[in-house]
Amino acid sequence: MSTTLTTPDQTTDAPARQRRRPSESRTGRRPNWLGGLAGWLWLVIVIVPIYWILITSFKTQANYFITNPLVPPTDPTLANYRLVIQSDFIRYFMNSVIVTLGAVVPAVTISFMAAFAIIRGSGRFLRAVNGLFLMGLAIPLQATIIPVYLIIIRLKLYDTLLAIVLPSIAFAIPLSVLVLSNFIRDVPKELFESMRVDGASEWGTLWHLAFPLTRPALMTVCIYNGLATWNGFLLPLILTADPTQRTLPLALWTFQGQYSINVPAILASVVLTTLPILALYAIGRRQLLSGLTAGFGK
Amino acid sequence: MTTLAPPVVQRDPATPTTGGRGGKVAWMALPALVMFIGFGVIPLVGVLVLSFTSWDGISTEIRPAGFDSWRAVLTDPGLPNTLWVTFLVMALSWAVQTPLSLLIGVFLAGHQRYREFLAVLFFIPLLLSSAAIAITYKALLDPNFGLGAGLGIPFLVQDWLGRPGLAMGVIIFVVSWQYIPFHSLIYQGGVRQIPRSMYEAAELDGAGRVRQFFSITLPQLKYTIITSSTLMVVGSLTFFDLIFVLTEGGPGDATRVLALSMYKLGFQANLMGPASGIAVILVLVGLALALLLQRLGGRDQTESQLEGG
Repeated sequence: MSTTLTTPDQTTDAPARQRRRPSESRTGRRPNWLGGLAGWLWLVIVIVPIYWILITSFKTQANYFITNPLVPPTDPTLANYRLVIQSDFIRYFMNSVIVTLGAVVPAVTISFMAAFAIIRGSGRFLRAVNGLFLMGLAIPLQATIIPVYLIIIRLKLYDTLLAIVLPSIAFAIPLSVLVLSNFIRDVPKELFESMRVDGASEWGTLWHLAFPLTRPALMTVCIYNGLATWNGFLLPLILTADPTQRTLPLALWTFQGQYSINVPAILASVVLTTLPILALYAIGRRQLLSGLTAGFGK
Repeated sequence: MTTLAPPVVQRDPATPTTGGRGGKVAWMALPALVMFIGFGVIPLVGVLVLSFTSWDGISTEIRPAGFDSWRAVLTDPGLPNTLWVTFLVMALSWAVQTPLSLLIGVFLAGHQRYREFLAVLFFIPLLLSSAAIAITYKALLDPNFGLGAGLGIPFLVQDWLGRPGLAMGVIIFVVSWQYIPFHSLIYQGGVRQIPRSMYEAAELDGAGRVRQFFSITLPQLKYTIITSSTLMVVGSLTFFDLIFVLTEGGPGDATRVLALSMYKLGFQANLMGPASGIAVILVLVGLALALLLQRLGGRDQTESQLEGG
């Protein structure tokens, strides 16, 4: 049983260990040829399409048909990007930003509070709540889309960004609570005790103790949910119809329907929708990678 | 975080966290509970209720219809095919992803500098949306304008998405492309938790690399394999966006999975009753698989998590 509980710190520990002894290898072990082969081969498989997307997005449509697809363009053009931006992508971009922030900030805040309550409190009620969230992990939430659609219509929220935000928050809760409670559990009990002795309320303890100590986990959960919301397709597809309420993945799809032959332009739209995420990845890579697995137990 | 990570002893699940202070913090769980009930639990119950009604998704009139929708769903000659395709996507994507992720995860678990750099590029597919990936592959595989035509490689010039077997193969490949990095990451974490001393002992006993893998790495990764497989298998039920954009279930119904069937019945054919029936099947399959895989592991995660809380 205790195996489940030992997970999070060990997972986060991995990069630290790695930093400490970067040159270390498993001493005296023969190299892992098969793993190396699979690793490098798969790297090529991952990189080639990404490289192709990038270079093609700078080619003109005429050039695309006559040049070798894997050779970069001799005279790169920004015309594709101009076309994409002129197709209202700024608006879709803003919609995605609003939806993502509007879903992630409340989702993580309330998940954090719930995780804190589950770890600090006791009793049947909190156990039931925790059990409910855990059950939510096993259910493909997409299957609930029809009633969600009905609820959104009845709330008169159809075709608004809020329609995407509300279910996104709910879908984000189970995993967020699981990851955050695993991390709050790691905070030494003595610290909680000393806060209590000092007369701090639970609410104060939440913000002045648990919050700063679990900040890395909170970042991870934010990034993870941010990705899921930013890339979400089904909710916008079903809960909005008006082009002004489109988010990026949906815009990509309609753009592709419109310009199906103009491959460079389509790929430019793919690059533009991914750019902000790549920027975030560059900043918070360690955070993201070490945290992604933390919630899934050993 | 790492400096604060306490030794295992401090997280002894047998010791209650606090004595009788549950009431003071319980309210903090309420906002999340309300949101999850409102847009998770109620829709879950709702989908069952709606499967016994008739609704076109547009009008405000939802009529009770008894077992009509269920009769329609269960007697639909397309259902066996949909179930089969769903199973096939699940089984094939698992069978392709698991060994590769395991191999790559073990490889990436090494601590050499270049592997860290490699990992940076390797994990990029994690960041892309399924829609973006599907659109890219649709363009890339196009027999007339795609990569194969441009390079003049005959093998790559095929009607990838126009022939049933090939379309299924493409979906499995694209799913692997998207998710193998993620599962490799899980395995990488799992491998790094295996005590080094076990390998050192095996080395002293003269066990070779392959022997070490099968008698140390693999058994030690048991729970990692179960976790990763659960995510793969349950996750495969939600490959909606990818398949929707890539093939729309075609050619014919060759790649029509349950989630796609639900969408098409509900939002294209306006038959919300039967679509809800499909959704119920989807939930049941997901739950059954998750439970089965947990049992397989001989460990009830729910229980241990509850004990911890």
